[in-house]
Amino acid sequence: MLDITVAYNRYRFLGNEFLTWIWFSIENDTEPFHRCDQELTELAIGNRMVLENRLANAAETISIKGDTAGLEEGLVALRKGALVTEMNLVYQSGSLKWQFSLKGENLSFSGLKLPETGTIESEDDIEGLLLDRIYLYEKPVQFIEDLYEHFIKLRLSEQWKEQTLSIIQRWALKDA
Amino acid sequence: MGLLSSTASVTRYFVNGQLQEPIRETIEAGLKKFVINDIDGNPSEQAEGWTSFEHPYTPEFSNPGFMYGSTIVFSLRLDKKSVPAKLVQKYFAAESKKRLDESGRDVLSANEKKMIKDHVINLLNLKMPAIPNVYDVVWHYEKKEVWFFSNLKGANESLETLFSKSFQLNLVRRIPYTMAVNIKSLTDTQREILTKLTPPGQTS
Repeated sequence: MLDITVAYNRYRFLGNEFLTWIWFSIENDTEPFHRCDQELTELAIGNRMVLENRLANAAETISIKGDTAGLEEGLVALRKGALVTEMNLVYQSGSLKWQFSLKGENLSFSGLKLPETGTIESEDDIEGLLLDRIYLYEKPVQFIEDLYEHFIKLRLSEQWKEQTLSIIQRWALKDA
Repeated sequence: MGLLSSTASVTRYFVNGQLQEPIRETIEAGLKKFVINDIDGNPSEQAEGWTSFEHPYTPEFSNPGFMYGSTIVFSLRLDKKSVPAKLVQKYFAAESKKRLDESGRDVLSANEKKMIKDHVINLLNLKMPAIPNVYDVVWHYEKKEVWFFSNLKGANESLETLFSKSFQLNLVRRIPYTMAVNIKSLTDTQREILTKLTPPGQTS
């Protein structure tokens, strides 16, 4: 296995491609999401997205913030060769809802908001509450893990080069 | 921000290696060996060590205090004293004047100034309480996975070092590359393609 620092820098683009593919899939094909979570009721872009174009002479960064912000500028950036480097997602499974941000370079979670749970009423409740919280963290973590596995298999397939990439490019160009 | 906070940041790791049996005792020994030591009333500027999840300021590791089924929960505590530079400057000026008056000289040598500064910093560290930062750790022992409730670089580096010293196990960050190579169902062909992948705009 590669040295972790070398691997971090060399393969960060994979995380960025993953986030970009999530955005494309949200708008075009949610089937992979349902395959990874059969109880999925929603996966949507949240209140923040950051894109970076490393193909430009000097790397360009585009940030889109706000609950009602449009993503048109993001599509323009995609057309120029940018990838999503950070994305806030709203994930709902059954009646439970999570919101979190993912960074492409390391796929770590930040600002992870869990669904509401009860409060501790006695010391004896701590174990129950803890296990409940761990389950609630497990859910989005596992979903993203499964989705990443699905993406990687697609990314390493002939289908990616022969079909998926051109479909994503057509989507990015749709209203140009 | 921790396990019970309303919002949290989580960095995930793979755990490489095998713990010595019996597991509970091995973990308890590792936690106790590197438990946080209070540095209040002591000249140390910083300290790092394990603490218990339920009682982060009075660490105690006993069963079932850190084991919940096959999940182990504890915390990393990083204590740091921050002596304001202006306070150092004030005490340094007073101490320097005292030395000059005592010796009858007009100037202090560079070495003397350094000694005075070190003395002042030690003195202030003795009086200054440390600020504790507590980061929760969830170790899914059977899944060989650790969640660390911080994305801060320094805190993650402290976790990686202390975890290795305490349990003789290596933590490997889950990043796009390590997550991909650890997908068990990848074929040899897929693994070979993965090694040759290049960022957009570059050719292999």
